[in-house]
Amino acid sequence: MNRIANKQVICNVLLEKARKDKDIVVLCSDSRGSGSMTKFAEEFPEQFIEVGIAEQNLVSISAGLAKCGKKPFAVSPASFLSTRSMEQVKVDVAYSHTGVTLIGISGGISYGALGMTHHSANDIAAMASIPGLRVYLPSDRFQTERLVLSLLKDSEPAYVRVGRNAVEDVYEDERVPFEMDRATVVQEGNDVTLIACGEMVKPAKDAAQMLAEKSISARVLDMYCVKPIDRDAVLKAACETKGIVTVEEHTIFGGLGSMVSQIISEEHPVFVKNLSLPDSPVVTGESQEVFDYYGLNSAGILKAAEEVVSHG
Amino acid sequence: MDLMGLKKKSLQIRENIVTLIHKSGCGHIGGDLSVTDILVALYYSKMNCSPERIDDPSRDRFILSKGHSVEALYCILADKGYFTTEELFDTYSCYLSRFIGHPNNKIPGVEMNSGSLGHGLSVSVGMALAARMDGASYRIYTVMGDGELAEGSVWEAAMAGGHFKLDNLTAFIDRNRLQISGCTENIMAQEDLEKRWSAFGWNILSIPGNDIEKICGAIDTAKATKGKPTLIIANTTKGYGVSFMENKAEWHHRVPTDKEYHTAMEELEEKRRAAS
Repeated sequence: MNRIANKQVICNVLLEKARKDKDIVVLCSDSRGSGSMTKFAEEFPEQFIEVGIAEQNLVSISAGLAKCGKKPFAVSPASFLSTRSMEQVKVDVAYSHTGVTLIGISGGISYGALGMTHHSANDIAAMASIPGLRVYLPSDRFQTERLVLSLLKDSEPAYVRVGRNAVEDVYEDERVPFEMDRATVVQEGNDVTLIACGEMVKPAKDAAQMLAEKSISARVLDMYCVKPIDRDAVLKAACETKGIVTVEEHTIFGGLGSMVSQIISEEHPVFVKNLSLPDSPVVTGESQEVFDYYGLNSAGILKAAEEVVSHG
Repeated sequence: MDLMGLKKKSLQIRENIVTLIHKSGCGHIGGDLSVTDILVALYYSKMNCSPERIDDPSRDRFILSKGHSVEALYCILADKGYFTTEELFDTYSCYLSRFIGHPNNKIPGVEMNSGSLGHGLSVSVGMALAARMDGASYRIYTVMGDGELAEGSVWEAAMAGGHFKLDNLTAFIDRNRLQISGCTENIMAQEDLEKRWSAFGWNILSIPGNDIEKICGAIDTAKATKGKPTLIIANTTKGYGVSFMENKAEWHHRVPTDKEYHTAMEELEEKRRAAS
Protein backbone atom coordinates (compact mmCIF):
# COMPACT_ATOMS: atom_id res chain seq x y z
CA MET A 1 0.00 0.00 0.00
CA ASN A 2 1.14 3.54 -0.78
CA ARG A 3 2.69 5.24 2.24
CA ILE A 4 3.01 8.77 0.96
CA ALA A 5 0.40 11.29 2.03
CA ASN A 6 -0.91 13.69 -0.59
CA LYS A 7 0.53 16.64 1.35
CA GLN A 8 3.97 15.03 1.05
CA VAL A 9 3.46 14.80 -2.69
CA ILE A 10 2.78 18.55 -2.81
CA CYS A 11 6.05 19.20 -1.01
CA ASN A 12 7.93 16.88 -3.35
CA VAL A 13 6.58 18.68 -6.44
CA LEU A 14 7.41 22.08 -5.01
CA LEU A 15 10.90 20.92 -4.01
CA GLU A 16 11.58 19.87 -7.55
CA LYS A 17 10.13 22.97 -9.19
CA ALA A 18 11.54 25.49 -6.71
CA ARG A 19 15.06 24.61 -7.77
CA LYS A 20 14.51 26.34 -11.08
CA ASP A 21 11.65 28.68 -10.21
CA LYS A 22 12.74 31.15 -7.56
CA ASP A 23 9.29 32.74 -7.49
CA ILE A 24 7.79 29.69 -5.78
CA VAL A 25 7.29 30.56 -2.11
CA VAL A 26 5.87 28.33 0.62
CA LEU A 27 4.29 29.96 3.66
CA CYS A 28 3.34 28.14 6.85
CA SER A 29 1.59 29.09 10.07
CA ASP A 30 3.67 26.99 12.45
CA SER A 31 2.54 24.15 10.22
CA ARG A 32 5.68 23.11 8.35
CA GLY A 33 5.82 19.77 10.14
CA SER A 34 2.15 18.90 9.87
CA GLY A 35 2.16 20.18 6.30
CA SER A 36 5.18 18.04 5.35
CA MET A 37 7.05 21.20 4.38
CA THR A 38 10.02 20.85 6.72
CA LYS A 39 12.24 19.64 3.89
CA PHE A 40 11.22 22.57 1.72
CA ALA A 41 11.99 25.00 4.57
CA GLU A 42 15.40 23.43 5.01
CA GLU A 43 16.34 23.27 1.34
CA PHE A 44 14.92 26.64 0.32
CA PRO A 45 15.03 28.94 3.35
CA GLU A 46 15.00 31.95 1.04
CA GLN A 47 11.73 30.75 -0.49
CA PHE A 48 10.05 29.80 2.77
CA ILE A 49 8.17 32.17 5.07
CA GLU A 50 7.04 31.26 8.56
CA VAL A 51 4.33 33.59 9.86
CA GLY A 52 3.61 31.87 13.16
CA ILE A 53 0.14 30.88 14.31
CA ALA A 54 -1.64 33.61 12.37
CA GLU A 55 -3.74 32.26 9.52
CA GLN A 56 -5.25 35.62 8.55
CA ASN A 57 -1.79 37.09 8.20
CA LEU A 58 -0.68 33.98 6.30
CA VAL A 59 -3.28 34.54 3.60
CA SER A 60 -2.89 38.31 3.24
CA ILE A 61 0.91 38.11 3.16
CA SER A 62 0.56 35.46 0.45
CA ALA A 63 -1.68 37.83 -1.51
CA GLY A 64 0.89 40.62 -1.24
CA LEU A 65 3.62 38.27 -2.46
CA ALA A 66 1.49 37.15 -5.40
CA LYS A 67 0.70 40.73 -6.34
CA CYS A 68 4.44 41.33 -6.61
CA GLY A 69 5.10 38.38 -8.90
CA LYS A 70 5.59 35.46 -6.52
CA LYS A 71 3.84 32.07 -6.65
CA PRO A 72 2.83 31.57 -3.03
CA PHE A 73 1.59 28.30 -1.56
CA ALA A 74 -0.04 28.99 1.82
CA VAL A 75 0.01 25.74 3.80
CA SER A 76 -2.09 25.52 6.94
CA PRO A 77 -4.60 23.15 8.56
CA ALA A 78 -7.76 23.20 6.47
CA SER A 79 -9.92 23.86 9.51
CA PHE A 80 -8.24 27.19 10.26
CA LEU A 81 -7.30 28.19 6.72
CA SER A 82 -10.79 27.82 5.31
CA THR A 83 -12.80 29.63 7.95
CA ARG A 84 -10.60 31.67 10.29
CA SER A 85 -9.03 33.41 7.31
CA MET A 86 -12.08 33.20 5.08
CA GLU A 87 -12.37 36.96 4.73
CA GLN A 88 -8.73 37.30 3.75
CA VAL A 89 -9.32 34.61 1.14
CA LYS A 90 -12.41 36.42 -0.09
CA VAL A 91 -10.92 39.93 -0.25
CA ASP A 92 -7.16 39.60 -0.71
CA VAL A 93 -7.03 36.42 -2.78
CA ALA A 94 -10.26 35.98 -4.74
CA TYR A 95 -11.63 39.52 -5.01
CA SER A 96 -8.24 41.11 -5.52
CA HIS A 97 -7.44 38.27 -7.92
CA THR A 98 -4.03 37.29 -6.61
CA GLY A 99 -2.46 34.01 -7.65
CA VAL A 100 -2.36 32.35 -4.26
CA THR A 101 -2.65 28.58 -3.90
CA LEU A 102 -4.15 27.71 -0.54
CA ILE A 103 -3.24 24.25 0.70
CA GLY A 104 -5.60 23.03 3.38
CA ILE A 105 -3.79 20.17 5.08
CA SER A 106 -5.28 17.50 7.33
CA GLY A 107 -8.65 18.33 5.85
CA GLY A 108 -12.04 16.86 6.67
CA ILE A 109 -11.84 14.75 9.81
CA SER A 110 -8.17 13.81 9.37
CA TYR A 111 -7.41 14.94 12.88
CA GLY A 112 -9.89 12.37 14.17
CA ALA A 113 -10.08 12.40 17.94
CA LEU A 114 -8.77 15.99 18.21
CA GLY A 115 -12.35 17.09 17.74
CA MET A 116 -14.40 19.61 15.85
CA THR A 117 -12.00 22.52 16.34
CA HIS A 118 -9.60 20.67 14.08
CA HIS A 119 -12.11 19.28 11.61
CA SER A 120 -12.91 21.02 8.34
CA ALA A 121 -16.18 19.40 7.43
CA ASN A 122 -17.41 22.64 5.86
CA ASP A 123 -14.37 23.87 3.95
CA ILE A 124 -15.80 23.04 0.52
CA ALA A 125 -18.91 25.06 1.33
CA ALA A 126 -16.88 27.98 2.67
CA MET A 127 -14.30 28.16 -0.07
CA ALA A 128 -16.58 27.31 -3.00
CA SER A 129 -18.96 30.07 -2.00
CA ILE A 130 -16.28 32.68 -2.71
CA PRO A 131 -16.56 34.05 -6.26
CA GLY A 132 -13.52 33.25 -8.37
CA LEU A 133 -11.99 30.67 -6.07
CA ARG A 134 -11.40 27.15 -7.38
CA VAL A 135 -11.66 24.18 -5.02
CA TYR A 136 -9.83 20.88 -5.50
CA LEU A 137 -9.78 17.65 -3.51
CA PRO A 138 -7.33 15.25 -5.15
CA SER A 139 -7.77 11.56 -4.42
CA ASP A 140 -4.32 9.99 -4.48
CA ARG A 141 -0.63 10.74 -4.86
CA PHE A 142 -0.59 10.52 -8.64
CA GLN A 143 -3.51 12.86 -9.11
CA THR A 144 -2.16 15.26 -6.48
CA GLU A 145 1.08 15.52 -8.41
CA ARG A 146 -0.68 16.22 -11.68
CA LEU A 147 -2.91 18.79 -10.04
CA VAL A 148 -0.06 20.73 -8.42
CA LEU A 149 1.93 20.72 -11.66
CA SER A 150 -1.11 22.11 -13.41
CA LEU A 151 -1.70 24.79 -10.76
CA LEU A 152 1.91 25.93 -11.12
CA LYS A 153 1.19 26.77 -14.74
CA ASP A 154 -1.52 29.33 -14.02
CA SER A 155 -1.88 32.34 -11.74
CA GLU A 156 -5.48 31.91 -10.65
CA PRO A 157 -6.44 31.51 -6.99
CA ALA A 158 -7.19 28.01 -5.75
CA TYR A 159 -7.91 26.08 -2.59
CA VAL A 160 -6.64 22.50 -2.38
CA ARG A 161 -7.71 20.19 0.43
CA VAL A 162 -5.62 17.14 1.26
CA GLY A 163 -5.82 14.70 4.14
CA ARG A 164 -3.38 14.00 6.91
CA ASN A 165 -2.60 10.36 6.26
CA ALA A 166 -1.25 8.32 3.40
CA VAL A 167 -4.09 7.06 1.27
CA GLU A 168 -4.26 4.04 -0.95
CA ASP A 169 -3.67 4.60 -4.63
CA VAL A 170 -6.69 5.02 -6.82
CA TYR A 171 -4.69 4.99 -10.00
CA GLU A 172 -2.14 2.42 -10.99
CA ASP A 173 0.78 4.62 -11.83
CA GLU A 174 1.87 8.04 -12.88
CA ARG A 175 -0.03 7.67 -16.14
CA VAL A 176 -3.15 8.67 -14.26
CA PRO A 177 -5.63 10.18 -16.69
CA PHE A 178 -5.82 13.86 -15.88
CA GLU A 179 -7.40 16.81 -17.53
CA MET A 180 -7.62 20.05 -15.58
CA ASP A 181 -11.15 20.78 -14.35
CA ARG A 182 -12.58 17.60 -15.88
CA ALA A 183 -13.69 14.70 -13.71
CA THR A 184 -11.57 11.61 -14.06
CA VAL A 185 -13.50 8.51 -15.04
CA VAL A 186 -12.05 5.91 -12.69
CA GLN A 187 -14.14 3.24 -14.32
CA GLU A 188 -17.01 3.14 -16.76
CA GLY A 189 -20.42 1.73 -15.89
CA ASN A 190 -24.03 2.12 -16.95
CA ASP A 191 -26.28 1.11 -14.02
CA VAL A 192 -25.34 3.69 -11.42
CA THR A 193 -22.75 6.45 -11.03
CA LEU A 194 -20.65 7.00 -7.94
CA ILE A 195 -19.30 10.56 -7.75
CA ALA A 196 -16.67 11.10 -5.09
CA CYS A 197 -13.86 13.47 -4.22
CA GLY A 198 -10.72 13.35 -2.09
CA GLU A 199 -10.28 10.33 0.12
CA MET A 200 -13.73 9.01 -0.73
CA VAL A 201 -12.74 8.05 -4.28
CA LYS A 202 -10.92 4.90 -3.18
CA PRO A 203 -13.87 3.42 -1.25
CA ALA A 204 -16.10 4.37 -4.19
CA LYS A 205 -13.82 2.43 -6.50
CA ASP A 206 -13.85 -0.53 -4.10
CA ALA A 207 -17.64 -0.35 -3.91
CA ALA A 208 -17.82 -0.46 -7.70
CA GLN A 209 -15.86 -3.70 -7.71
CA MET A 210 -18.20 -5.18 -5.08
CA LEU A 211 -21.19 -4.06 -7.16
CA ALA A 212 -19.70 -5.76 -10.22
CA GLU A 213 -19.74 -9.03 -8.33
CA LYS A 214 -23.48 -8.48 -7.98
CA SER A 215 -23.76 -7.76 -11.69
CA ILE A 216 -24.31 -4.03 -11.12
CA SER A 217 -22.24 -1.86 -13.42
CA ALA A 218 -21.11 1.25 -11.58
CA ARG A 219 -19.45 4.25 -13.13
CA VAL A 220 -16.98 5.99 -10.82
CA LEU A 221 -16.21 9.69 -11.29
CA ASP A 222 -13.34 11.26 -9.40
CA MET A 223 -14.64 14.82 -9.03
CA TYR A 224 -11.36 16.25 -7.69
CA CYS A 225 -12.42 19.55 -9.28
CA VAL A 226 -15.30 20.36 -6.95
CA LYS A 227 -15.27 23.88 -8.31
CA PRO A 228 -15.45 24.37 -11.20
CA ILE A 229 -17.39 21.13 -11.12
CA ASP A 230 -17.42 19.08 -14.30
CA ARG A 231 -21.04 19.72 -15.22
CA ASP A 232 -20.86 17.73 -18.42
CA ALA A 233 -19.66 14.61 -16.63
CA VAL A 234 -22.48 14.90 -14.08
CA LEU A 235 -25.13 15.32 -16.77
CA LYS A 236 -23.69 12.49 -18.85
CA ALA A 237 -23.93 10.27 -15.78
CA ALA A 238 -27.52 11.36 -15.20
CA CYS A 239 -28.41 10.55 -18.79
CA GLU A 240 -26.54 7.27 -19.11
CA THR A 241 -27.10 5.64 -15.68
CA LYS A 242 -30.14 5.10 -13.46
CA GLY A 243 -29.02 7.38 -10.66
CA ILE A 244 -26.16 8.88 -8.72
CA VAL A 245 -24.49 8.39 -5.35
CA THR A 246 -22.28 11.23 -4.14
CA VAL A 247 -19.67 10.60 -1.47
CA GLU A 248 -17.70 13.22 0.41
CA GLU A 249 -15.84 13.84 3.64
CA HIS A 250 -17.89 16.95 4.26
CA THR A 251 -21.18 18.15 5.66
CA ILE A 252 -24.29 17.74 3.53
CA PHE A 253 -24.52 21.53 3.19
CA GLY A 254 -22.79 23.16 0.25
CA GLY A 255 -20.47 20.33 -0.70
CA LEU A 256 -20.13 17.93 -3.62
CA GLY A 257 -23.56 16.37 -3.03
CA SER A 258 -25.25 19.75 -3.01
CA MET A 259 -23.55 20.81 -6.22
CA VAL A 260 -24.33 17.57 -8.04
CA SER A 261 -27.94 17.68 -6.85
CA GLN A 262 -28.35 21.26 -8.09
CA ILE A 263 -27.14 20.34 -11.55
CA ILE A 264 -29.30 17.23 -11.69
CA SER A 265 -32.46 18.92 -10.46
CA GLU A 266 -32.06 21.77 -12.92
CA GLU A 267 -31.24 19.82 -16.04
CA HIS A 268 -31.92 16.08 -15.79
CA PRO A 269 -33.62 14.86 -12.62
CA VAL A 270 -32.65 11.35 -11.56
CA PHE A 271 -32.52 9.72 -8.14
CA VAL A 272 -29.53 11.02 -6.16
CA LYS A 273 -28.28 9.81 -2.81
CA ASN A 274 -25.82 12.02 -0.91
CA LEU A 275 -23.41 10.35 1.50
CA SER A 276 -21.77 12.84 3.83
CA LEU A 277 -20.79 13.66 7.37
CA PRO A 278 -23.61 14.60 9.78
CA ASP A 279 -24.76 18.09 10.77
CA SER A 280 -23.16 17.69 14.17
CA PRO A 281 -19.72 17.14 15.68
CA VAL A 282 -18.62 13.68 14.58
CA VAL A 283 -18.11 10.79 16.98
CA THR A 284 -14.68 10.41 18.52
CA GLY A 285 -12.29 8.15 16.71
CA GLU A 286 -9.59 7.78 14.11
CA SER A 287 -10.73 8.91 10.70
CA GLN A 288 -11.42 5.42 9.34
CA GLU A 289 -13.44 4.60 12.44
CA VAL A 290 -15.47 7.75 11.90
CA PHE A 291 -15.94 6.98 8.21
CA ASP A 292 -17.17 3.50 9.11
CA TYR A 293 -19.55 4.88 11.73
CA TYR A 294 -21.26 7.10 9.16
CA GLY A 295 -21.17 4.64 6.30
CA LEU A 296 -18.55 6.55 4.35
CA ASN A 297 -16.89 3.33 3.25
CA SER A 298 -17.24 0.80 0.48
CA ALA A 299 -20.03 -1.06 2.30
CA GLY A 300 -22.01 2.16 2.81
CA ILE A 301 -21.53 3.21 -0.78
CA LEU A 302 -22.54 -0.26 -1.98
CA LYS A 303 -25.75 -0.06 0.03
CA ALA A 304 -26.58 3.40 -1.31
CA ALA A 305 -25.86 2.32 -4.88
CA GLU A 306 -28.17 -0.67 -4.57
CA GLU A 307 -30.89 1.62 -3.26
CA VAL A 308 -30.43 3.95 -6.23
CA VAL A 309 -30.53 1.06 -8.70
CA SER A 310 -33.66 -0.45 -7.13
CA HIS A 311 -35.31 2.96 -7.11
CA GLY A 312 -34.50 3.49 -10.77
CA MET B 1 6.47 69.58 -6.74
CA ASP B 2 7.62 72.17 -4.20
CA LEU B 3 6.03 72.66 -0.79
CA MET B 4 3.79 75.51 -1.91
CA GLY B 5 2.64 73.42 -4.85
CA LEU B 6 1.86 70.49 -2.57
CA LYS B 7 -0.17 72.70 -0.24
CA LYS B 8 -2.18 74.10 -3.11
CA LYS B 9 -2.64 70.61 -4.53
CA SER B 10 -4.06 69.43 -1.19
CA LEU B 11 -6.63 72.20 -1.28
CA GLN B 12 -7.55 71.47 -4.88
CA ILE B 13 -7.95 67.76 -4.11
CA ARG B 14 -10.15 68.64 -1.14
CA GLU B 15 -12.38 70.71 -3.42
CA ASN B 16 -12.62 67.70 -5.76
CA ILE B 17 -13.45 65.35 -2.89
CA VAL B 18 -16.21 67.57 -1.54
CA THR B 19 -17.60 68.04 -5.05
CA LEU B 20 -17.48 64.32 -5.83
CA ILE B 21 -19.30 63.39 -2.64
CA HIS B 22 -21.88 66.14 -3.03
CA LYS B 23 -22.50 65.20 -6.64
CA SER B 24 -22.70 61.43 -6.08
CA GLY B 25 -24.56 61.61 -2.80
CA CYS B 26 -22.24 59.23 -0.98
CA GLY B 27 -18.78 58.96 0.49
CA HIS B 28 -16.73 59.15 3.65
CA ILE B 29 -15.90 62.82 3.66
CA GLY B 30 -14.40 63.19 7.14
CA GLY B 31 -11.71 60.55 6.66
CA ASP B 32 -11.07 61.69 3.09
CA LEU B 33 -10.24 65.17 4.30
CA SER B 34 -8.04 63.95 7.16
CA VAL B 35 -5.96 61.65 4.94
CA THR B 36 -5.63 63.99 1.93
CA ASP B 37 -2.29 65.51 2.92
CA ILE B 38 -0.70 62.09 3.42
CA LEU B 39 -1.83 60.97 -0.03
CA VAL B 40 -0.73 64.22 -1.69
CA ALA B 41 2.73 63.93 -0.11
CA LEU B 42 3.03 60.34 -1.34
CA TYR B 43 1.64 60.73 -4.86
CA TYR B 44 3.02 64.18 -5.77
CA SER B 45 6.35 64.05 -4.01
CA LYS B 46 7.60 60.83 -2.48
CA MET B 47 6.33 57.77 -4.32
CA ASN B 48 7.96 56.44 -7.43
CA CYS B 49 4.90 55.75 -9.56
CA SER B 50 3.07 57.23 -12.50
CA PRO B 51 0.17 56.44 -14.81
CA GLU B 52 2.63 55.85 -17.65
CA ARG B 53 4.20 52.97 -15.69
CA ILE B 54 1.21 51.31 -14.05
CA ASP B 55 2.69 47.81 -14.24
CA ASP B 56 6.34 48.77 -13.83
CA PRO B 57 7.74 46.14 -11.41
CA SER B 58 9.98 48.78 -9.84
CA ARG B 59 7.13 51.12 -8.89
CA ASP B 60 6.43 51.94 -5.26
CA ARG B 61 3.22 50.33 -4.01
CA PHE B 62 0.44 51.98 -2.03
CA ILE B 63 -2.39 50.19 -0.21
CA LEU B 64 -5.29 52.20 1.17
CA SER B 65 -6.08 49.95 4.10
CA LYS B 66 -8.76 52.38 5.28
CA GLY B 67 -10.53 51.80 2.01
CA HIS B 68 -13.53 53.94 2.85
CA SER B 69 -11.39 56.99 2.08
CA VAL B 70 -11.49 55.97 -1.55
CA GLU B 71 -12.81 59.34 -2.75
CA ALA B 72 -9.50 60.96 -1.76
CA LEU B 73 -7.54 58.26 -3.58
CA TYR B 74 -9.73 58.42 -6.69
CA CYS B 75 -9.48 62.22 -6.89
CA ILE B 76 -5.71 62.02 -6.73
CA LEU B 77 -5.43 59.19 -9.27
CA ALA B 78 -7.72 61.11 -11.62
CA ASP B 79 -5.69 64.28 -11.16
CA LYS B 80 -2.51 62.30 -11.86
CA GLY B 81 -4.01 60.97 -15.09
CA TYR B 82 -4.65 57.32 -14.24
CA PHE B 83 -8.18 57.87 -15.59
CA THR B 84 -10.23 60.91 -16.44
CA THR B 85 -11.78 63.19 -13.87
CA GLU B 86 -14.86 63.29 -16.09
CA GLU B 87 -15.44 59.55 -15.87
CA LEU B 88 -14.95 59.61 -12.12
CA PHE B 89 -17.31 62.51 -11.54
CA ASP B 90 -19.92 61.29 -14.02
CA THR B 91 -20.08 57.68 -12.85
CA TYR B 92 -18.87 57.35 -9.25
CA SER B 93 -21.18 54.93 -7.42
CA CYS B 94 -23.63 55.01 -10.33
CA TYR B 95 -25.33 51.94 -11.75
CA LEU B 96 -22.77 49.73 -13.55
CA SER B 97 -19.90 52.13 -12.83
CA ARG B 98 -16.42 50.70 -12.36
CA PHE B 99 -15.91 53.26 -9.60
CA ILE B 100 -17.37 51.66 -6.49
CA GLY B 101 -17.28 52.95 -2.94
CA HIS B 102 -14.05 51.20 -1.96
CA PRO B 103 -10.78 50.65 -3.83
CA ASN B 104 -10.87 48.06 -6.57
CA ASN B 105 -7.80 47.01 -8.51
CA LYS B 106 -9.64 46.93 -11.79
CA ILE B 107 -9.19 50.71 -11.59
CA PRO B 108 -5.80 51.80 -12.97
CA GLY B 109 -3.46 52.73 -10.16
CA VAL B 110 -5.24 50.73 -7.45
CA GLU B 111 -3.05 47.83 -6.32
CA MET B 112 -5.42 45.86 -4.09
CA ASN B 113 -9.07 45.75 -3.20
CA SER B 114 -9.78 47.01 0.29
CA GLY B 115 -12.70 48.15 2.35
CA SER B 116 -12.78 45.41 4.93
CA LEU B 117 -10.51 46.85 7.60
CA GLY B 118 -7.39 45.21 8.94
CA HIS B 119 -6.09 43.73 5.69
CA GLY B 120 -3.79 46.36 4.20
CA LEU B 121 -0.85 46.00 6.53
CA SER B 122 -0.65 42.22 6.08
CA VAL B 123 -0.78 42.59 2.30
CA SER B 124 1.92 45.26 2.55
CA VAL B 125 4.10 42.89 4.59
CA GLY B 126 3.79 40.36 1.76
CA MET B 127 4.75 42.97 -0.82
CA ALA B 128 7.72 44.10 1.26
CA LEU B 129 8.89 40.50 1.59
CA ALA B 130 8.58 40.04 -2.17
CA ALA B 131 10.69 43.16 -2.79
CA ARG B 132 13.35 41.90 -0.42
CA MET B 133 13.39 38.43 -2.04
CA ASP B 134 13.93 40.02 -5.43
CA GLY B 135 16.51 42.49 -4.20
CA ALA B 136 14.25 45.23 -5.52
CA SER B 137 14.39 48.78 -4.22
CA TYR B 138 10.71 49.67 -4.42
CA ARG B 139 8.97 50.67 -1.23
CA ILE B 140 5.57 49.83 0.22
CA TYR B 141 3.24 52.39 1.79
CA THR B 142 -0.07 51.84 3.52
CA VAL B 143 -2.52 54.00 5.46
CA MET B 144 -4.70 52.65 8.24
CA GLY B 145 -7.37 54.40 10.23
CA ASP B 146 -7.10 54.63 13.99
CA GLY B 147 -10.46 52.93 14.49
CA GLU B 148 -9.12 50.16 12.25
CA LEU B 149 -6.53 49.30 14.88
CA ALA B 150 -9.16 47.40 16.84
CA GLU B 151 -8.98 44.69 14.18
CA GLY B 152 -6.85 41.83 15.49
CA SER B 153 -5.34 41.14 12.08
CA VAL B 154 -3.57 44.53 12.23
CA TRP B 155 -1.52 43.22 15.12
CA GLU B 156 -0.66 39.98 13.36
CA ALA B 157 0.77 42.16 10.60
CA ALA B 158 2.48 44.53 13.04
CA MET B 159 4.17 41.53 14.63
CA ALA B 160 5.33 40.22 11.26
CA GLY B 161 6.58 43.62 10.06
CA GLY B 162 8.78 43.93 13.12
CA HIS B 163 9.85 40.29 13.07
CA PHE B 164 10.98 40.47 9.45
CA LYS B 165 12.60 43.92 10.00
CA LEU B 166 10.94 45.28 6.87
CA ASP B 167 12.64 48.62 6.44
CA ASN B 168 11.10 48.97 2.97
CA LEU B 169 7.66 49.24 4.58
CA THR B 170 6.12 52.47 5.85
CA ALA B 171 2.70 52.48 7.48
CA PHE B 172 0.64 55.52 8.40
CA ILE B 173 -2.06 55.77 10.99
CA ASP B 174 -4.54 58.49 10.13
CA ARG B 175 -4.93 59.42 13.77
CA ASN B 176 -7.99 61.64 13.66
CA ARG B 177 -9.39 60.20 16.90
CA LEU B 178 -12.90 59.77 15.53
CA GLN B 179 -14.75 56.82 14.11
CA ILE B 180 -18.33 56.33 13.05
CA SER B 181 -19.67 55.94 16.59
CA GLY B 182 -17.62 58.68 18.20
CA CYS B 183 -14.24 59.18 19.84
CA THR B 184 -11.80 56.30 19.37
CA GLU B 185 -10.74 56.54 22.99
CA ASN B 186 -14.27 55.86 24.18
CA ILE B 187 -14.89 53.03 21.74
CA MET B 188 -11.59 51.17 22.03
CA ALA B 189 -8.73 53.16 23.49
CA GLN B 190 -5.71 53.60 21.27
CA GLU B 191 -3.51 55.66 23.55
CA ASP B 192 0.21 54.93 23.82
CA LEU B 193 0.37 54.00 20.16
CA GLU B 194 4.10 54.78 20.20
CA LYS B 195 4.73 52.26 22.97
CA ARG B 196 2.48 49.64 21.45
CA TRP B 197 4.07 49.72 18.00
CA SER B 198 7.56 50.22 19.32
CA ALA B 199 7.13 47.03 21.33
CA PHE B 200 6.37 45.25 18.05
CA GLY B 201 9.72 46.35 16.62
CA TRP B 202 8.72 49.41 14.62
CA ASN B 203 10.43 52.76 14.23
CA ILE B 204 7.87 55.33 15.35
CA LEU B 205 7.41 58.88 14.08
CA SER B 206 4.59 61.03 15.42
CA ILE B 207 3.82 64.15 13.39
CA PRO B 208 1.12 66.73 12.75
CA GLY B 209 -0.72 64.74 10.10
CA ASN B 210 -2.11 67.62 8.06
CA ASP B 211 1.28 69.31 7.72
CA ILE B 212 2.67 68.34 4.33
CA GLU B 213 6.18 69.45 5.13
CA LYS B 214 6.24 67.27 8.23
CA ILE B 215 4.74 64.34 6.32
CA CYS B 216 7.40 64.58 3.62
CA GLY B 217 10.11 64.80 6.27
CA ALA B 218 8.79 61.72 8.04
CA ILE B 219 8.73 59.75 4.79
CA ASP B 220 12.36 60.71 4.18
CA THR B 221 13.25 59.57 7.70
CA ALA B 222 11.45 56.29 7.10
CA LYS B 223 13.41 55.75 3.89
CA ALA B 224 16.66 56.32 5.74
CA THR B 225 15.77 54.01 8.62
CA LYS B 226 17.37 50.59 8.38
CA GLY B 227 16.51 47.33 10.10
CA LYS B 228 12.91 48.04 11.03
CA PRO B 229 9.66 49.21 9.44
CA THR B 230 8.44 52.70 10.18
CA LEU B 231 5.06 53.69 11.55
CA ILE B 232 4.10 57.32 11.01
CA ILE B 233 1.43 58.36 13.46
CA ALA B 234 -0.17 61.19 11.54
CA ASN B 235 -2.12 63.23 14.07
CA THR B 236 -4.82 64.54 11.79
CA THR B 237 -8.12 66.34 12.06
CA LYS B 238 -11.18 64.60 10.72
CA GLY B 239 -12.81 66.82 8.12
CA TYR B 240 -9.65 68.96 7.90
CA GLY B 241 -9.96 72.04 5.72
CA VAL B 242 -13.70 72.57 6.06
CA SER B 243 -14.17 74.21 9.43
CA PHE B 244 -17.74 73.13 10.09
CA MET B 245 -16.81 69.49 9.42
CA GLU B 246 -13.67 69.40 11.53
CA ASN B 247 -13.60 67.08 14.54
CA LYS B 248 -17.20 66.00 14.17
CA ALA B 249 -17.94 62.27 14.05
CA GLU B 250 -21.19 62.94 12.20
CA TRP B 251 -19.10 63.86 9.17
CA HIS B 252 -17.74 60.33 8.98
CA HIS B 253 -19.99 59.73 6.02
CA ARG B 254 -22.52 62.52 5.91
CA VAL B 255 -23.20 64.08 2.55
CA PRO B 256 -23.23 67.90 2.49
CA THR B 257 -26.46 69.66 1.57
CA ASP B 258 -26.35 72.15 -1.30
CA LYS B 259 -25.90 74.99 1.17
CA GLU B 260 -23.19 73.17 3.10
CA TYR B 261 -21.47 72.30 -0.15
CA HIS B 262 -21.28 75.93 -1.25
CA THR B 263 -20.05 77.01 2.17
CA ALA B 264 -17.35 74.34 2.13
CA MET B 265 -16.24 75.23 -1.39
CA GLU B 266 -16.05 78.93 -0.57
CA GLU B 267 -13.79 78.17 2.37
CA LEU B 268 -11.53 75.84 0.37
CA GLU B 269 -11.32 78.23 -2.59
CA GLU B 270 -10.49 81.09 -0.28
CA LYS B 271 -7.70 79.05 1.30
CA ARG B 272 -6.34 78.13 -2.11
CA ARG B 273 -6.34 81.75 -3.23
CA ALA B 274 -4.59 82.73 -0.02
CA ALA B 275 -1.94 80.07 -0.63
CA SER B 276 -1.14 81.45 -4.09
